[in-house]
Amino acid sequence: MMSKLHGLREPLFHVSKRDECGFVKACLIRLAAIALALCVCAVVIFFLTGLNPLEVYEAVIDGAVGSNRRLWVTIRDALALLLIAVAITPAFRMRFWNVGAEGQTLAGGLATAAVMIYFGDRVPSALLMAMMLAAALLAGMLWGVIPAIFKAQWNTNETLFTLMMNYIATQLVAFCIVFWENPSGSNSVGIINQQTRAGWLGELFGLTYGWNLVIVVAVTAFVYFYLRDSKQGYEIAYVGQSVNTARYAGISVRRVIIRTMSISGALCGLAGFILVSGAGHTISTGIAGGRGFTAIVVAWLSKLNTFTMMLVSFLLVFLEKGAIQIASQFSLNENASDMITGILLFFVLGCEFFIQYKVEFRRGRKAVRE
Amino acid sequence: MKHIPAIELKHLTKRFGKIVANEDISLSIREGEILAILGENGSGKTTLMNMISGIYYPDEGEILVHGEPVSIRSPRDAYPLGIGMIHQHFKLVDVLTAAENIVLGLPGRQRLDMAAVATKINQLTHRYGFELDPFKKVYEMSVSEKQTVEIVKMLYRGAKILILDEPTAVLTPQETHRLFDVLRNMRADGNAIVIITHKLNEVLELSDRVAVLRKGRYIGSVDTASASIASLTEMMVGKRVELNIVRSEPKQLKRRLAVKDVSCVNPEGVITLNHVSFTLDGGEILGIAGVAGSGQRELLETIAGLTKAESGEIDYFPPNHEPQELTKLSAVEINRLGVRLSFVPEDRLGMGLVGPMDMVDNMMIRSYKRGGHFWVDRKAPRSLAEKIIRDLEVVTPGVGTPVGKLSGGNVQKVLVGREIASNPIVLMVAYPVRGLDIHSSHTIYRLLDEQKRNGVAVLCVGEDLDVLLALCDRILVMCDGRVTGIVDARTATKEQIGMLMMRTEGSGKP
Amino acid sequence: MNTILIFIQNAIGQGIGILFGANGEILTEKSGNLNLGVPGMMYMGGIAGLAGAYLYENAVVAPVPVVGMLIALVCALVAGTLGGAIYSVLTISLRANQNVAGLALTTFGVGLGNFFGGSLSKLSGGVGQISVAATAGAFRQPIPLLCDIPVIGEALFSYGFLTYFAIALSVYLAWYIRRTRRGLNLRAVGESPSTADAAGIDVARYKYVATCVGGAICGLGGLYFVMEYSGGTWTNNGFGDRGWLAIALVIFARWNPLHAIWGSILFGALYILYLYIPGLGRSMQEIFKMLPYFVTIVVLVLTSLRKKKEDQPPESLGQPFFREER
Repeated sequence: MMSKLHGLREPLFHVSKRDECGFVKACLIRLAAIALALCVCAVVIFFLTGLNPLEVYEAVIDGAVGSNRRLWVTIRDALALLLIAVAITPAFRMRFWNVGAEGQTLAGGLATAAVMIYFGDRVPSALLMAMMLAAALLAGMLWGVIPAIFKAQWNTNETLFTLMMNYIATQLVAFCIVFWENPSGSNSVGIINQQTRAGWLGELFGLTYGWNLVIVVAVTAFVYFYLRDSKQGYEIAYVGQSVNTARYAGISVRRVIIRTMSISGALCGLAGFILVSGAGHTISTGIAGGRGFTAIVVAWLSKLNTFTMMLVSFLLVFLEKGAIQIASQFSLNENASDMITGILLFFVLGCEFFIQYKVEFRRGRKAVRE
Repeated sequence: MKHIPAIELKHLTKRFGKIVANEDISLSIREGEILAILGENGSGKTTLMNMISGIYYPDEGEILVHGEPVSIRSPRDAYPLGIGMIHQHFKLVDVLTAAENIVLGLPGRQRLDMAAVATKINQLTHRYGFELDPFKKVYEMSVSEKQTVEIVKMLYRGAKILILDEPTAVLTPQETHRLFDVLRNMRADGNAIVIITHKLNEVLELSDRVAVLRKGRYIGSVDTASASIASLTEMMVGKRVELNIVRSEPKQLKRRLAVKDVSCVNPEGVITLNHVSFTLDGGEILGIAGVAGSGQRELLETIAGLTKAESGEIDYFPPNHEPQELTKLSAVEINRLGVRLSFVPEDRLGMGLVGPMDMVDNMMIRSYKRGGHFWVDRKAPRSLAEKIIRDLEVVTPGVGTPVGKLSGGNVQKVLVGREIASNPIVLMVAYPVRGLDIHSSHTIYRLLDEQKRNGVAVLCVGEDLDVLLALCDRILVMCDGRVTGIVDARTATKEQIGMLMMRTEGSGKP
Repeated sequence: MNTILIFIQNAIGQGIGILFGANGEILTEKSGNLNLGVPGMMYMGGIAGLAGAYLYENAVVAPVPVVGMLIALVCALVAGTLGGAIYSVLTISLRANQNVAGLALTTFGVGLGNFFGGSLSKLSGGVGQISVAATAGAFRQPIPLLCDIPVIGEALFSYGFLTYFAIALSVYLAWYIRRTRRGLNLRAVGESPSTADAAGIDVARYKYVATCVGGAICGLGGLYFVMEYSGGTWTNNGFGDRGWLAIALVIFARWNPLHAIWGSILFGALYILYLYIPGLGRSMQEIFKMLPYFVTIVVLVLTSLRKKKEDQPPESLGQPFFREER
């Protein structure tokens, strides 16, 4: 854009890094971006549908938190998204672009379902739960560690590798569904152990999704302190900041890459466990539902702070649920939610620029501070 | 001269954040002359020239080319004005050929005729006595070949104002001579040539006029004919400084490190260390002198276990213990074995410290593993950080400030302070005072001497021969990956070391 | 014989859309931008082309196929360019992270496509599914006369013009990147933007143009699926994972559009191979569908093992470039 301004004696504006952006100011900029995004969405909705955008937004709120059940579904899905975002955070902190969370989650879910199906009625429920958990963690870990080994050994591009691993996982799930399908010919697994409820995460504190809440919040807190205060977290930060420094510090970069991706993958596997055992009670290629990708955006927008991720993931799921409500209420298509989410992400991503940089206009030698 | 200068700079100022790199500089560059821009490292020479070539845009001030005010917003604006800059770090694309690099960004017919380009390149190289295969890929080239590509690139573009940033740092004496001949030819053609350097002998040999910068300010310019090493040095460093570095007498020397016949090859297959041997004793400072890139960094990194030696042996002699061979050990293993080896690397914020992290986190980089806990202990590093701030007078808002925000001198104090705090037996420092002011430099000299008196074996890579001569006990001189001599710092002369620095294979002297 | 012929035809039919996406992404990646928004841009191009043709066919009594075709083409190109432009503004001007911006673009584009694909006919007051038979016919028109040659005609000349255009475009892109000034400059921008910048190349402009044109080409990929492959109808998520497959093909082709041509047909063949292997159970079919991704991983690993400079991703791929910060 700057390049278009030929013929001027001086550039029209001039960008330089801010020394420090106050917390309040940063929040204000972000809020402004969200407000702007909602305005754009409103305009889009109005022009497309002729509906009153305010009514539509009201429906969004109703759809997301309008009833107790809706609220809990929103919370349940936000928790799943949050867990995946938290899971990829160690990898991202290391500047390892793990875009394979989708596949790692699927792998975890697949392992969970397998244990539920094959051992559901044969072992005591506590043992079953432990086996499911172990299988999920291991499967996710395996899916995460394969690209990590290649990255560590031969510097194979991890973004592209993890991306491809997603589809291998998808096909693997599709492969298993054929064996497990119920009723046969439906090409779906149906609700696993519907009668016995074996391997279902039960209620906790009288809440249907109590376990989900406890597990996810615990993992979120753990990862936060793991990254901030543990020696391993400290090593991750060094590998992410500068491989040279890590070498200098006597940190084995390879080991850290492999270990961190094992953790990242295992936590994604845990998300798969929760999606299968604690939410859907079934397995399909769609259980991750693109959350592996959305989680990347969540993690990034939260500046890799796991507590901020709670807010961001809730906001995104809120919108999604709301949009589904609009869809049924105004007989629209539920994919509107993705569109609205996309627009929102564009604005929020873009606004970070104004937090990190200041734009000075050069007109008349007076530097106007943005 | 009544001529309009090729370039005239008026009151240029450039800041990076709070640091002022250039302040109110006014200077002119004339046609048909070679102007040397002289100054110490960090005096703002490169920043100033980057503003002329469009890499940076000045915050204040004006640039006139042939009397016309211009706005050079990018290198794209600099070319039509006939300005070409050859950077210290070559700006070449590795996977492209020499010819492709040379025509990069040039206007012309969309369809590339590489044969015609090659012909034109060959004419140019022939005329100036370069050797260059236009179809050779850059990643297959040696450093001097790459520089040739850079220079031919500028000539190809018809640069009339040629700026060279420390061009001889990577060249052999023969190559330097050839380069100087080319530059003289260009001067004869009426071009303006600017050479950025901190080597006085080159200034005197080549230039017509010298402009001196000091700490971002323009000090003045003189005709080379009327200048001498003494007068230029005085302009560069201000008043003539007696270095006044405290040097205690070495006593109770004890063998701490022995390097035997060590050779190293970098990933590109170039030999970086060629059968290097020396010994280092506790209670002495061994200086290492040499032109940049003679293998100093590789030597330190090999000892520290960051680079693997191809052959040879490195032995470490701890007090009251059996000697240990370090040769095959990695930094991780050396760290684990408890070898007390401290290392202040050249790249402070890229290797020794992490800029975005605060002082506390930077304190524990080499010690965080101690103790078997899963969680890190920040108490000890915090008190160490506070002690360093106190003892070394580090100027910082607090231990929580990212070290990247501190000034160069303070960054170095933090790094050296940390390395000394671990009670080393061997202390290696690379360019310990680069970019530091006199006061901070002396703090560092004092610290190094203190370590020596405590019986530490100190290895110090430096670039300023005066400093090495005043600070060290012995000086090891490197050239092209070899040790060309080890001299007594108390008796050796600068000329003697200078000669050793230039000695390459097959030629006894430069 | 006949089975092989149909197999080849179907493999090409599967491959061409991917080829468009890969070509768009190669151009984009050559400028150093890793745009993971390819699926989104393909959906955007597909739905825009379909919507344009649909609105046209609904507005006139007797739609002229060629006009519908032109409208669809323009719409798809504009939509694809728009996708590339959103990504460019975010990553180049506003310096957002490339991976994240690309994924956001995919979310947006896929949502946009499915939203309009599902509700366009209702929004415009119609009933039922969108169908643009006339326009799709123009896209599916095989090469006259030549396609009547037995065997050869069916194997080589029975496709719509977009197929030939995709192949021609690959050849042109390969030539353009290797043999023209702008192509050379573009390669330099992707390899080492600071070098390109020092050579007087307007890095931001090259990145913008390459990414937007790349987006437009991806848009054509979407249009191809909607018009030629699906015959002018929309199925939600009907593209499946072809957008990602396009990114896989870029790696497989080692950033060379010429390799992408045969690579796309190979990918198409691998994608449908399960249908042609006799006695394959449904479960094994799913395993076969893994093949394109598996092959891509193998290629990715092999190129990283061989370390041949020419086969590597553009050096600055995924890295931001801002001059003032050096």
